[in-house]
Amino acid sequence: MTLAVDIRHDFGGFSLDAKFDAPRGITALFGRSGSGKTSIVRSIAGLIKPVEGIIRVDDRVLQNTSSQTYVPAHLRRMGYVFQDARLFPHKSVRSNLMYGAQFAKGRTAAVGLDDVVELLGLGALLDRHPRTLSGGEAQRVAIGRALLSAPEMILADEPLASLDEARKAEILPYFEALRDETQIPILYVSHSVSEVARLATTVVVLKDGRVIAQGDAATVLGDARVLPTGVRDAGALLEAHIVQQHEDGLTELEAGGVPLFLPRIKGAPREKVRVRIAAQDVILAKEKPDGLSALNIIPGRVRSVRIGDGPGAIVTLETPAGAVLARVTRRSVVRMGLGEGASLYAVVKTVSVAPSDVSGRV
Amino acid sequence: MEWLTAEEWSAVALSLRVSLWATLASLPLGVFVAYALARWSFPGKQLLNTIVHVPLVLPPVVTGYILLVVFGTRGAVGGALAEIGIVFAFRWTGAALAAAVMAFPLLVRAIRLSIEAVDPDLEEAAATLGASRMWVFATVTFPLILPGVIAGALLAFAKAMGEFGATITFVSNIPGQTQTIPTAIYSFLQVPGAEDSAIRLVVISIIIAIGAVLASEWLARKAVARGAGL
Repeated sequence: MTLAVDIRHDFGGFSLDAKFDAPRGITALFGRSGSGKTSIVRSIAGLIKPVEGIIRVDDRVLQNTSSQTYVPAHLRRMGYVFQDARLFPHKSVRSNLMYGAQFAKGRTAAVGLDDVVELLGLGALLDRHPRTLSGGEAQRVAIGRALLSAPEMILADEPLASLDEARKAEILPYFEALRDETQIPILYVSHSVSEVARLATTVVVLKDGRVIAQGDAATVLGDARVLPTGVRDAGALLEAHIVQQHEDGLTELEAGGVPLFLPRIKGAPREKVRVRIAAQDVILAKEKPDGLSALNIIPGRVRSVRIGDGPGAIVTLETPAGAVLARVTRRSVVRMGLGEGASLYAVVKTVSVAPSDVSGRV
Repeated sequence: MEWLTAEEWSAVALSLRVSLWATLASLPLGVFVAYALARWSFPGKQLLNTIVHVPLVLPPVVTGYILLVVFGTRGAVGGALAEIGIVFAFRWTGAALAAAVMAFPLLVRAIRLSIEAVDPDLEEAAATLGASRMWVFATVTFPLILPGVIAGALLAFAKAMGEFGATITFVSNIPGQTQTIPTAIYSFLQVPGAEDSAIRLVVISIIIAIGAVLASEWLARKAVARGAGL
């Protein structure tokens, strides 16, 4: 199932002109606030009507201005998870969850109430009222409510933005579970690189109402030029699996035959994880370093060197673990003679990888 | 009835009947107009708002006269309705119509406030979950404004119980037919020695009015709290 969007709209002072495809899996709409992310999602849901364009899910046309087609919001089957949970205050958690099912006649949700309750850990909340829920609990109920309306797709509009860090860490695994355990495609709006890196299979980068990059997550997130949050958020995504939990608080991973040591990650041996390594946490060395406190030393060859506008440069290394990005100074590029094909070692401090940069069950 | 004479009792019963009908019959229109004023923008919105509210400030005798001209048996609307057997002038139904018109601004105001307290985001969320406009109203908006609707109805009922000027102008003051509590009090005050009757009706009026305002205030606060999800 693929969502195809090609829309234009004028908000008076801000124009939107976006064209992208969202295939199966989680597609992240990534951009700063004001880049048009929410406008796009609202257009897809039928909550605003773009003046021109086409929105379709496979062959089902939701809007086509040239053929005067416009499907109203309540017939679009788009499960919308809003930034604020928007639970109905006069209904119990259970009635909130089942609200959409009464309109989904003839269609069965891909997941039933029992599955959703288990997946999102809602068992103890069913008979409570929304006002008694914490922000994180309310958002979990909102996700469940969207799932149970038998949607063809989930639209998650910055679902974590109104939550604190602890609550975010509580909700993120549920989106990972959705991605891995259901077949429902998800369009996930975010301005946080760590959320995008953890969740996305496809990334669409927006700037000023335009799509400036789209593609698979590792490629887009490795391209510092298109990252909305700037070069500081450039980084590599490594697919790895857990080898062993060590007694000193470290987890040993393996990525393409290269061992990696990270602060404790929950999971059993052979479980797959995805690790984001920020470019600015990587040091480059021409010879294999010795007597260094850093535990992770990855050999590789320079694929490209991209000189930035300021004093920095992004060096992309081809390694057995996958592409690794390093942010170094232009001076170092010159002094070390870094050019395409040069053999180097990438050094990554173990403690520089935050738990939020690691996702489970990829 | 020992503590009310037959004439007093008939005025109380008629007032209750007139006010109940005035309130119930105008409620659906009141909800619709309140919703339109709160949520829609359309040409003539300000005009509608003015027409709804003008009975509040117009001298009631003027409203009564206008009703007589329009809904009297020789009036434009009244004449047409009379042919199909609906007569307002000098009937209790006319008293109900006059009371409804006079109470309508209060009804609409209370309901409109409670609609404005409902977060439109909730209605949007309901739409994305598959609810058509009618269903959104039935399952989200209406349950949330219900206390406000009841509050408005109570207020309108109390106002209808007290309506005097428009009623006496439109349907006169015929004991047993169009004599309500206020017009009965007026009549008793014209007759020497009937003060006791007047005072009993005054006390009944005061109790009904205070009770309705208290209940209405309490429900209105509840409606606002509910709309805010408290």
